[in-house]
This record gives sequence, C-alpha cells and structure tokens, in this order.
Amino acid sequence: MNALAHLSDIVIPILIFFIVGYGFVSKVKVYETFLKGAKDGLKIVVDIVPTLIGLLVAVGMLRASGFFEMLGTLLGPAAAAVGLPAQLLPLLVVKLFSSSAATGLVLDIFRTSGPDSYAGMLTSILMSCTETVFYTMSVYFLAAKVTKTRFTLAGALLATLAGTVMSVVLTGWMM
Amino acid sequence: MLNLIWAVMILLAVVYSALTGHMSDVTNAALDSAGEAISLCITMAGVVALWMGLMEIAQKAGLVRKLTRGISPLLRFLFPRIPAGHPARDYIATNIIANVLGLGWACTPAGLKAMEELARLEAERGNPEYLETETGRRRGEVHGGSTEKSGNRRASNEMCIFLILNISSLQLIPVNMIAYRSQYGSANPTAIIVPAIAATLVSTLVAIVYCKIKDYFAGTGAGGSCMGKSREGRGGKAV
Repeated sequence: MNALAHLSDIVIPILIFFIVGYGFVSKVKVYETFLKGAKDGLKIVVDIVPTLIGLLVAVGMLRASGFFEMLGTLLGPAAAAVGLPAQLLPLLVVKLFSSSAATGLVLDIFRTSGPDSYAGMLTSILMSCTETVFYTMSVYFLAAKVTKTRFTLAGALLATLAGTVMSVVLTGWMM
Repeated sequence: MLNLIWAVMILLAVVYSALTGHMSDVTNAALDSAGEAISLCITMAGVVALWMGLMEIAQKAGLVRKLTRGISPLLRFLFPRIPAGHPARDYIATNIIANVLGLGWACTPAGLKAMEELARLEAERGNPEYLETETGRRRGEVHGGSTEKSGNRRASNEMCIFLILNISSLQLIPVNMIAYRSQYGSANPTAIIVPAIAATLVSTLVAIVYCKIKDYFAGTGAGGSCMGKSREGRGGKAV
C-alpha cells in the first residue's frame, strides 16, 4: 500500500523479537510463560463469546431490517461532506456509550464493505484511538464516588473528536 | 447502559422490519449472526492468546515494571501536585502502561485503584467533600443516609486529567481490531498499526494540552487542591 502500511508490517515482528529476546536474556522460561499467558488469553476470549453473540445478532437484525440504509440515505450527504461514510454514523454515536456495542457495528462494516475499503480502514483506525467516553467515566467516577465531573466530559469529547478527525485525515492519506 | 442499547437495537429491528416488510431477512440475520459470532471468536482466540502469551513473557521478564517506572517523568509533568511516592502515581502508571500494551484486564483494576487513591489524596488535602471517607461509605451502605454527602463530591483536577487521558487511550497495538480485520479477509490486517498510533498520539496530545490549560486556569478545582497546597496536603494527613 504505502509507507504507513509498510511501517506497520515491521512493528509486530520487531515487538515479538524484542519481547522474546528480552525474556530469554533475562532467563525467563519463555515458552512455558508464553503458554501460561496464551491460556489466560483464551479464557478472556471465552468470556466475551456471549457478548459477541448478543451484539452481532442485534446489529445483524438491525441491518437486515433496512434501518441502517434508511439512516444512511437520510444523513449520508452531510456526513460525506466531511469524509465520513454514512455507515460510520451509528458507530460514532454508539462508540461514546459502549465499546462492545460499537464492536458489533464495526464487524458489520467489515462484513458489508470489507476491512480494506475506505470505510473499513477508517473504522479500524477510529476504533483504535479512543475509549468509550461515558462508560469509562461512569465506572471510574463511581470508584471515587464523584458525581460532579467538571471538565472531564469536555476533555474526553475533545480528545475523541481529535482522534476522529485524525483518523479521517490518515485514512485519506492511505487510500 | 448496554441493556438499553441492546434492547433498542433488537426492538427497533423488529418494528422497522415489520414496517418495511423485511421480516424474513431479519430472521436469517439473527441466525446467521449468532453463528458468525462463534467463527469470529475462533479467529480472535488465536490472536488474543498470542498477544497475551507475549505479554506474560514481558511481565515475567520485568519489562512491564520497567516501562511503568520509565514513564514517571511524564507523570510528574502531568500530575505535578501528586506528591512523589503517593500510591496514586503507581496505579496511574500501571493503568497507562496496561492501556498502551492492550492489557485490558490489568487496566481497569489499576484505574479504579488510582481513582480511589486520588479520592484519598483529596481527603489528605483536607477537602471537606472527601473527608470521613470510610465512615461515610459504611453508613451510606446501611442507611443511605450520607449518600448526599458523597454525592456532592467534585472531581479533583487530577481525576479529570487521569480520566481524559484514559479515554484518549494511548494504544500501541490494536490487537482486537487486527483480529477482526483478519477474520473478515483483510489483505493486510496489521496495516492500521502505524496510522492508529499516529491517531491515538494526536488524540492524547490534544487531551494533554486541554488538561494543562484547564488545570492552569481552573485553579482550585475541588476544595483544597489549589496550586501551593500540595505540600501541606501531605502534612495534612498527620493532623
């Protein structure tokens, strides 16, 4: 594709080399340790299976009902003006509230447009750069029993906006 | 939150399909999607297991700890008024590093501990909204009597900054996205790594600039946490 994609190609091998090499040099039993971590990883995936079923079914049903198409024709032109495919609009909203619900929408975009399409690339980058605003705030502030959140929301939304703009710009460069 | 979103999606789908005559499509979609979720998990399992295996090595070899210590200058810049050696700092560092490495399971617990420590820091600073934390909590659970008291807590500057940073989430490798991309037949699932890092860096930088400006002008956010008070705050504990 281009420089950004090529640079991306070498990140994982280098990282793996570095981690395994560092572990080996520090006399960690690398293979056994790897197996233990991998086992924990599998447990994490098993835990999210029900979530994925629930959300993929919901998003799949909503798409099949024609609701997304309707939304797309309704809001598409305005979104296209700033470089956003209409499919991404529901994602942008849902992403503020719940990352797993957003995942359902992401997979729907991958399925319908393909992960390497403009919409697919934009979605991939977008989802990698910011967290769920309202969910994170409610969980974390609950831990400190804080109800007046002052400038948190504004800052979080600003960061999310910056990430979104940047994703559009970068996807434009790549495609 | 999810209860609401999920219910709205399902109900909306059924109602809208009834209106537009897509009922049979919705039936198929429901069944297909359930199966698809399973095949997706099988792909994901491989990628996530690989990543977690590597991270276990990084952890055992002390790399994660080293990184956590490595970012302490950054933390000093971001949170100048958290006294050195305060546990809040360690938890914030752990949370940030876990975020960067995509260790979701380690992020949230450390983040929650960080918030609790920040609340304690406010109490140490003598912020009236945060005093008598422990008794307030216990009474609150039994009678609900002191809930208004803790209900009036205002976030400290540190809490706001920590959360904004957390939400702008600096992430090195978007492991899940890569797994999803490969499941849906991407020719190059990892092509997004560098642009994603660039985007996340920009969102985080914007967050930092915003926080610094706010921190400067908002001055004393919650009760006693104004500029010159950091040293007294520590001493306040002894009083």
